[in-house]
Amino acid sequence: MIEIAWENFTPWSALAGGIIIGLSAAAFVLLNGRIAGISGIVGGLLAPRKRDVLWRVAFLAGMIAAPLIWMMTADLPAIEINASYPVLVISGLLVGIGTRYGSGCTSGHGVCGLSRLSLRSLTATLTFMTAGFITVYAVRHLITGA
Amino acid sequence: MKFNLASFGAGLLFGFGLLVSGMANPEKVLGFLDIAGQWDPSLAFVMGGAILVGLFAFTIARKRTVSLLGFDMRLPATDRLDKRLVIGSVMFGAGWGLAGFCPGPGLVALGAGETGALVFIAAMIAGMGLFEMIEKNRVAH
Repeated sequence: MIEIAWENFTPWSALAGGIIIGLSAAAFVLLNGRIAGISGIVGGLLAPRKRDVLWRVAFLAGMIAAPLIWMMTADLPAIEINASYPVLVISGLLVGIGTRYGSGCTSGHGVCGLSRLSLRSLTATLTFMTAGFITVYAVRHLITGA
Repeated sequence: MKFNLASFGAGLLFGFGLLVSGMANPEKVLGFLDIAGQWDPSLAFVMGGAILVGLFAFTIARKRTVSLLGFDMRLPATDRLDKRLVIGSVMFGAGWGLAGFCPGPGLVALGAGETGALVFIAAMIAGMGLFEMIEKNRVAH
């Protein structure tokens, strides 16, 4: 039985943010001809090729600058990180290795891949979503019993 | 130069989108992944909104060989399903569910000055480095 947390439900800001993300991916592919896949953009820096570094740094700098620019005019939305440092390390390692083996993450497969109607990205997205659901179930309901 | 500027702009817009949507908040992401608890379906709307716009953009992109700025279109050519795709995605999903961070939101939270995000991103880069080492070894043997 699914219980919805109506008090946390924010469909409009979620939709608006999603549209902005879609516009970013659209601008990137239409202007530069590339997929806005964050894990791929970061990962390409670890096996750098000539003339393939600066744009990656520029994209990531834009992402990191977004909250800084936001803070100049408004309060930043909540960012609540409840995981401990050891859990964040394990999580980061899994995300790093997994996204490279799987050739993408929520942005490359989830947003761009599904928009391209790619079967490969659909498979990846269903797989990581399922793994995410199972992991949260295990952590919140089996281990901690909350 | 144009290419790098467009990249910066796209990154910036992406970061704003993550902030507006709530995806930059790991607790919100975990609320979405917790279907057996008090489920917060909001983030399905993020994906929906992004794909709505993306469908149009990629339909246009697919018909072009050069971008609007005159660069090569580099869309993934392969649509092969393999073990690597599935195993990698399982690992990614598990990591995502542990802390509620995927790569983009991790970077945005890092920009917001969150120490936890720094730990996550450092480990993520280490994991990607590990992948490169394993791959180099695999090719060498």
